[in-house]
Amino acid sequence: MSSASSGSRMVLGRSGRVSHAIKIIILMVLAVLFLLPFYVIFRNAFTSDQAFVSPDWSWLPDNLRPSVISGLFTDSDLDLGSSMLHSAVQSVGQTVLTVVVSFMAGYGLARFPNRAAGVILKLTVLTLMVPAAVTFVPSFIMTSQFGWIDSYRGLIIPVMFSAFATYLFRQSLLSFPKELEEAAELDGANPWTVMWRVALPNSMGIVAAVSTITFIGAWNAFLWPLLVARDNTMTIQLALSRFMTSQGIDYAQLFAGALVAIAPVVIVFLFLQRYLVQGITTSGLD
Amino acid sequence: MTTTPAVPTANPGGGSAPGPTAGSGACADPGPQRSLWSRIRGRQGRNLWFALFVAPFLVGLLVFVYVPIVWSAYLSFFDARATIRPTNFVGLANYRYLLTDSQFRNSMLTFIVFAVVIVPLTYACSLALALALDNVGRLRAFFRSVFFIPTACSYVVAAMVWRLSFFNGARFGLINSILIHFGHDGVDWLGGSNSFYWVALVSLRLWLQIGYYMILLIAGLNQIPTDTYEAAAIDGAAGWRRLRYITMPQLRATTAAVLMLLLIGAFQAFDEFYNMLSTAGSYPPYARPPLVHLYLISLGGSQQDLGLGGAGTVILTVIIVVFGLAQNWWVTRPDRRQP
Repeated sequence: MSSASSGSRMVLGRSGRVSHAIKIIILMVLAVLFLLPFYVIFRNAFTSDQAFVSPDWSWLPDNLRPSVISGLFTDSDLDLGSSMLHSAVQSVGQTVLTVVVSFMAGYGLARFPNRAAGVILKLTVLTLMVPAAVTFVPSFIMTSQFGWIDSYRGLIIPVMFSAFATYLFRQSLLSFPKELEEAAELDGANPWTVMWRVALPNSMGIVAAVSTITFIGAWNAFLWPLLVARDNTMTIQLALSRFMTSQGIDYAQLFAGALVAIAPVVIVFLFLQRYLVQGITTSGLD
Repeated sequence: MTTTPAVPTANPGGGSAPGPTAGSGACADPGPQRSLWSRIRGRQGRNLWFALFVAPFLVGLLVFVYVPIVWSAYLSFFDARATIRPTNFVGLANYRYLLTDSQFRNSMLTFIVFAVVIVPLTYACSLALALALDNVGRLRAFFRSVFFIPTACSYVVAAMVWRLSFFNGARFGLINSILIHFGHDGVDWLGGSNSFYWVALVSLRLWLQIGYYMILLIAGLNQIPTDTYEAAAIDGAAGWRRLRYITMPQLRATTAAVLMLLLIGAFQAFDEFYNMLSTAGSYPPYARPPLVHLYLISLGGSQQDLGLGGAGTVILTVIIVVFGLAQNWWVTRPDRRQP
């Protein structure tokens, strides 16, 4: 499609090139606006308090020192190191468990077409419609009944059964030829081995897509940790939120914390963007 | 076929699908003496393998999604303050209270106002970007990444930038310092003395979600066959007419999906409202969307009113399901514009 469009641009000649240039300029302005919040986080993190509250907005930071970041981890009041650790355990744990449980279920639903699979698929699709956030009250009651408040179990397990992930894996496996798996079964491998040794290695694209989406969602989650986490499992988003909504804010420290908090997701995003795009694309178009 | 005469048409092993799975189960087993156990196991134990694969997910889904919803429906008929084993049955009182409560109705109104603005605005902006990137040439990948990257940011961090820098009501807020520079007064953006907090709330969500839906719409655009456009070009359709008569009708399924996701997203709004407006654990009386209101009345306050929370959950779940059914109807209805 893009080749056809560039062809028509050539036909349009000079006026086409001018309008193309105008479009590029508009997109450039928009790109600057889209990146502005990221720059402001950086600018605020390395700006002294006097410069921050000065009515003359300065774009350049005046306190560009590495101690701003290192100081975060030595401040026992903020305790950024442990909330980063809590977030890491929670997000990686949720991602791994979601992928394993949902891949198994998606494999079962795709490869064993029986009546039970039909019912389970209906139950799964029904929950796609009702987002977990809407039922946070009963989920919280359930979790506190299990005694899981302020534990990784409480943070991870109630939100790890993703209908979305299961559905994506099933769809992906349905469109994947099963000849390889049948060949492995003829060689005497049982379905369990076939799934781990044949189906999973051939599904790494969709696994990466689901992992990326799950990880970013888990790292950025706010409502569920707000209900379940206390001091022992305080996640980074909660820590930032608590400091932001309290009185007497240390602006530079808060934004330096935000800079540290978005680093892992931005890195994941930049390296796995292709899979993220693939995951979003598959989810919207089946 | 001796054990279950009630279901004479059922396939051995529970298989309902056509093909070898259903038919050959009986052949593999000799005669009518087939035991119940072998029928449960299925051919080559396939049903057991199926159960092994699906059980963890199914148990989790039931325990953490279905049971809680049913439980909260049960609690909604009781006066369940700070208890989950209530004894005081109150019938529909919780529902009556919520539906006549002006605060609850205001939260619905807040959602409607928010959705009416954010849903079409996000859709229009995402579509505009998706169309603009379609023939932008070499910079396409760069622009796509730039518009997409806010997806990685959390609502908490975005709210921090919006609240403390962009829409800070003090003189040193970014927008206020620009206004003051040009001789205007600063604006009290989030203080509640006016309705300008909507500008902050809408622009934040817009920034954070445009890229996501742009990706979805680009995928939708890529599915439109190229020869449709070529035929349209021969007929002289270009620009606006091409968008109106070729692109939009072809994009209808994606549009329906995107609008639905946006609506559900607006319905679930919590993070940016909470982080932009609450201070030291107290939330102002205005701008409370449904989830914020539900949080404040059921769990967020000093007293946990789980009966009320249960009734609220049931009402919100019903609303969401109605959205889903309406969207389903919209997608599957016959297309009148198609020749």
